Amino acid sequence: MSQPEVALRARGLVKRYGKLTAVDGLDLEVRRGECFGLLGPNGAGKTTTVEMLEGLHAPDAGTIEILGERWTRATADRLRERIGIALQETQFPEKLTVAEIVRLFRSFYARGRTVDEVVALLELEAKRGARFAKLSGGQKQRLALACALVGDPDVLFLDEPTTGLDPQARLQLWAVVERFVDRGGTVLITTHYMEEAARLCDRVAIVDRGRVIALGTPAELIASLGADQVVELELTGELPDAALLAVDGVRHVARREGRVVVHATHVARVVAGVLAAIEGAGLGLTHLETHAATLEDVFVHLTGRGLREG
Amino acid sequence: MRHPLLELTRARLLEFVREPAALFWVFGFPVLLTIALGLAFRSRVPDEPQVAVVAGLAHEVAALKAAGGLGVRALAPDEAARALRTGEVALVVARAEGDRVTVRFDPTRPESGTARLAVERALERAAGAAPRVTLVDEHVDERGGRYVDFLVPGLIGLNIMGSSLWGIGYAVVSTRSRRLLKRFAATPMRRAHYLLSFILSRLVFLAAEVALVLGFAALAFDLEVRSGVLPVALVSLLGALSFAGISLLISARTDSVEVANGLMNAVTMPMWLLSGTFFSYAKFPEPLQPLIQALPLTALNDALRALVNEGAPLASQAAPLAVLAAWGVVTFVIALRTFRWQ
Repeated sequence: MSQPEVALRARGLVKRYGKLTAVDGLDLEVRRGECFGLLGPNGAGKTTTVEMLEGLHAPDAGTIEILGERWTRATADRLRERIGIALQETQFPEKLTVAEIVRLFRSFYARGRTVDEVVALLELEAKRGARFAKLSGGQKQRLALACALVGDPDVLFLDEPTTGLDPQARLQLWAVVERFVDRGGTVLITTHYMEEAARLCDRVAIVDRGRVIALGTPAELIASLGADQVVELELTGELPDAALLAVDGVRHVARREGRVVVHATHVARVVAGVLAAIEGAGLGLTHLETHAATLEDVFVHLTGRGLREG
Repeated sequence: MRHPLLELTRARLLEFVREPAALFWVFGFPVLLTIALGLAFRSRVPDEPQVAVVAGLAHEVAALKAAGGLGVRALAPDEAARALRTGEVALVVARAEGDRVTVRFDPTRPESGTARLAVERALERAAGAAPRVTLVDEHVDERGGRYVDFLVPGLIGLNIMGSSLWGIGYAVVSTRSRRLLKRFAATPMRRAHYLLSFILSRLVFLAAEVALVLGFAALAFDLEVRSGVLPVALVSLLGALSFAGISLLISARTDSVEVANGLMNAVTMPMWLLSGTFFSYAKFPEPLQPLIQALPLTALNDALRALVNEGAPLASQAAPLAVLAAWGVVTFVIALRTFRWQ
């Protein structure tokens, strides 16, 4: 079989649910062996996009290619053998054990890894005989990943795999995804956690209202702000943007949730200038915070909204 | 690795045996019902009818007591009326004026009719009438004709309906509502294997269910399976497949367990009442009969009864078997066309 350079390609994807357009002309290209992230708030159309790529829904318009093939009746079985999927929260049968569930999923694939192998890979040995109902959130997600990996897929789809998990469970899951990519696997992951996208993804597409609004490596996206630092302020009154933009090193000013968000270079110099501007306007300062720019700041810069605001 | 169909069936069986409530409803409940109803309606000589005589009619009290076969109580008029109303007595001897005796009773109660005849005979004898005919009693207890014989095939039918409907429908709908159906659909699993696994796992339990109730009735009530076991097994199988189709249709689209439950109740309740499980459907009005006989549970009960109680050959049950097959095939085809995986 030929091994095309592009693992996934979507062109002009559209999906409507009644009046709502969930996905609105989305383009996507995921290269072989890369971990590609779809970053966006809830309701941005990430899940709908992924489920179309997985062959679960047909798009209303646009084309999808996976490993060089389109979803048709003839290719579906072959493609399903080569992809692994962890849906957003899968509730497996409560009364079945970890080993029984993995074994069931293994039986669906013509080739794949053994149950013992994936149970060990996901560090679920101690829970082999535990029923699904008794698992913690992190263990349930690792089981979902075990079922996604048991067919030894070429492409792995992960839809919000760490939502609701504690930091340690999240780290554990990330390690498994990284190992999969190290072995040459391709990953498409959706998330609304910027730190997840920054840590795991080679490239990130920022999605909003069913479209890709920015694309690049996490570093490129942050660099696109033209400012690597962010200063957030809470003031006792209104300060015009112009007063802030006049400060040397300020690149961009936005307002969000009652805060003034200033993108800047040379944070020390900018903070001094901004404080002077506030004092000059006769205002008081109730909160000051600075941090290195993140993907979240990129999203705010592009949309004027936060990732968790939807 | 074993075949996915076997693995799916195995998973279904494991889930089922780990659900104590499901085990009870499929295995415990029908046996308890057989015991309770078998004991309540076991063949026994009915109690002697109770009659009240209005106080003051001493001659009538003496005559009825002397005749035997009746429970006789002398009561004040208002007490007698109350006893009749509450069913404590079947009949009240209200007045006696010469040879005119007034009896009061509810003609729709069978024991009242019996009491009336007994009272009439006792008073006539007391008045000196000589019997002209002597009846010689011969008692019989024919197996196959008792209430418990009527009941057990009906209970088997009811159980096949209940466990097929809930066993399959509930599992499908809860799997869909948990998004697990969608997860399965995203694997190379053959969709037919998934649906077939329900039918296979049902068949395993069907054999156990039917054997348990029949075996229990044979031991405890001396029930005789006149047709032999094989025809009963075949009809039970057809019944289970028919209800499996109905169940898949009910659960083809909804992802709400509550909706599915409501639909199943709507389907099963009329059949509980109409299909002649606990009493003969011949009691329902004539215009309803074709409708009742077209119900799958009626067909299943009729066929099972003919086999178990009358020892009828399988071929004689073509009509009810055709009804079952039609229900199964039509619902299964529609269910497959409309089944929602997401």
